[in-house]
Parts: sequence; C-alpha cells; structure tokens
Amino acid sequence: MTPATLWLAIVAGGVITYAIRLSLILLWGRVSVPPAVQRGLRFVPPAVLSAIIFPEILRHDGALDLSLGNTRLLAGIVAGLVAWRTKNALLTIAAGMAALWVLQAVMKR
Amino acid sequence: MTKTRIEFLSGVRAELPILLGVTPFGMIYGALAVAAGLPSPAAQAMSSIVFAGSAQFIVTQLIATGTPPAVLLLTVLVVNLRHMLYSASVAPYMQNLPRRWKWLLAYLLTDEAYAVTIMHYRQHEQDAQAGQADKRHWYFLGAGLALWSVWQVSTAVGIFLGTQVPPSWSLDFTLALTFIALLAPVLSDRPAVAAALSAGVVAVVGASWPYKTGLLAAALIGITVGVWADSRRKPGQERQDEPPAPMEA
Repeated sequence: MTPATLWLAIVAGGVITYAIRLSLILLWGRVSVPPAVQRGLRFVPPAVLSAIIFPEILRHDGALDLSLGNTRLLAGIVAGLVAWRTKNALLTIAAGMAALWVLQAVMKR
Repeated sequence: MTKTRIEFLSGVRAELPILLGVTPFGMIYGALAVAAGLPSPAAQAMSSIVFAGSAQFIVTQLIATGTPPAVLLLTVLVVNLRHMLYSASVAPYMQNLPRRWKWLLAYLLTDEAYAVTIMHYRQHEQDAQAGQADKRHWYFLGAGLALWSVWQVSTAVGIFLGTQVPPSWSLDFTLALTFIALLAPVLSDRPAVAAALSAGVVAVVGASWPYKTGLLAAALIGITVGVWADSRRKPGQERQDEPPAPMEA
C-alpha cells in the first residue's frame, strides 16, 4: 500500500465510523429503522466478534489445529471461562495472556 | 461548582476504572501498528481519525497483509456497525441539543463512553422531567474526552515502546482476548449464540480465502442465522431489544 493510499484508507475508515456513530443521533424521529434491520443489527456484535476470534485461536501455522499443543486455543478457553464468570475485560485479558505464557513455557520443555 | 462542571467531572470520574483497561490496549495497538509496518504518524492518526480500538487492530492486520482498500473499508463498516445500536440508544436523550453537540458527541461515541453514559442517562431520568436544566450531555463529554485523551497518549507510548517488545511475548494475542471479553456479555440468548457459532465456523473455513473475505462471509452468515433463529422462537419469548451494556473494557 502506498503512503497516499494508506492515508486515504485511514481517512475513509474514519468517515465511515463517524457516519455510523452519528447516523441515528441525527436521524432520530425522521426516519424509522425497518424492523428487519433492527433485528439484524442485534446479531452484528456476536457474529463479527466470533468471526475474528475463532480463526485466531483454532488455527495454527495456517491450518486447523484442535490438538492440546495449540496453546492459543487453551489460553482462549481459559479467557472465555474468565469472561463468562467475571464479565471483567481486564481480568479476561490478564488471565488469557498469563495462561498463554505459562503454556508456552511448559510446551517448550 | 456549576451544574455543568459537576456533570463533566462525574463523567470523567465514571470513566476512570475503564481507562485502566484501555491504557494497555492503546499501548498494544501502537506497538502492533509499528510492528505491522505502519509509519508512526499514520498509526497515531488512526487513533484520532478512526478512534475505534477493535477496528484499528483489524485494519492494522489487514494493511500488513496487503488487503485492497475496498475490502479494508467494508471490514471497518461491518466491525463498527454495532455503534449504530449505540447511536440509536442515546439518540432520544440528545434530541434537544444543538446540532454542534450532536456532531461532537457522535465522534466520542465509543463502546467505553457509551457504557457509562447510557447508565447515567437512565439513572437520572427524573432530573430532566423535574424541569431542571438537563446538563447530562456534559457527563457524556467528560467520559468521552477522558477516553479520547488516554487513547491518544497510550497509542503514542505504544508507538514509542513498540520496537522494544520482542515477538515472543505474543502481544498480538490480546486482540483475540479483548474480543473474547466483548463477546461474553452479548451472548445473552440462544439466537445470539447461534449467530456467534455459525459465524465462527464459517470464519475458520474461510480463513485462507484472500483478503479476509472469509471474515465478511462469516459475519453475514452469522447475522442471517441469528435473525432466522430469532424468528423461530415462540411469540411468548420476549426479545431483548436493548443493546446489552458492554462490559468494562
């Protein structure tokens, strides 16, 4: 990516994000969001977040890896349990990183 | 102290515990962006122009893998679409504000500022009805500006320290971990879980497709499955229309 394209992409990404945030604050009462779109919007966060998480933890070196040797998968499960039990983001990240470092140290031996 | 000032400072104060989590997140973003080959000014500018943590992480990865700008922007759109829920959620409280306030506060409408602001709006419903001047937008401004400042500074620190962090620390894993933290509270019912699982499986299958098109396919299929699962439920089962409050980040 050339520097010009990079800057253009950053600005366009900013405009898109800002337009989404401003959209209904500005249009409230003037347009009604179709019920179908409202129903769909509710599933954007779970769909997008898992679509990013799953490949990150289930794949290793470019292939599916469901073995116990996949440290990121195990650390991800630990983080998932902490997230579910505590609902605390900082604790989730800390537990996941700690688990990954411990597993990596253990596996190296 | 004036009402305005009290509201502003309360907003800043409410945001403080969240900033504790945002600071390392911002530093990691800065470090990753530099590691991915972004020039420092571009990495810093993204934090002020895009100002959306998770999207910035993904954009950084996409740039590193040479993704075409069109796919990049489509990904930003899909990843940030959840902010439309926040926009709809705060909109009723902001209708009497001058337009310049709407434009300003929309820029500050992040996951973290939304989380504390919507709570404040809901808990102080009566103040406005009692005929008192409604200054709650100053609270929003306080929370939003506190987050904004910390995000800029932590990005800068991350850019500065970035080259000194060895890859063996696996700091890139914090992206997946942050998203796991954000995912847990939105899995509030079966259709949401169905959306998450189907999107996850498609994303794994499509992971080797070029330019992360697997990610887009996964998101669209996940949303479709969620809507379908939701429509199959009995009328007696209430749908939860309120967006869940994001957990403390």
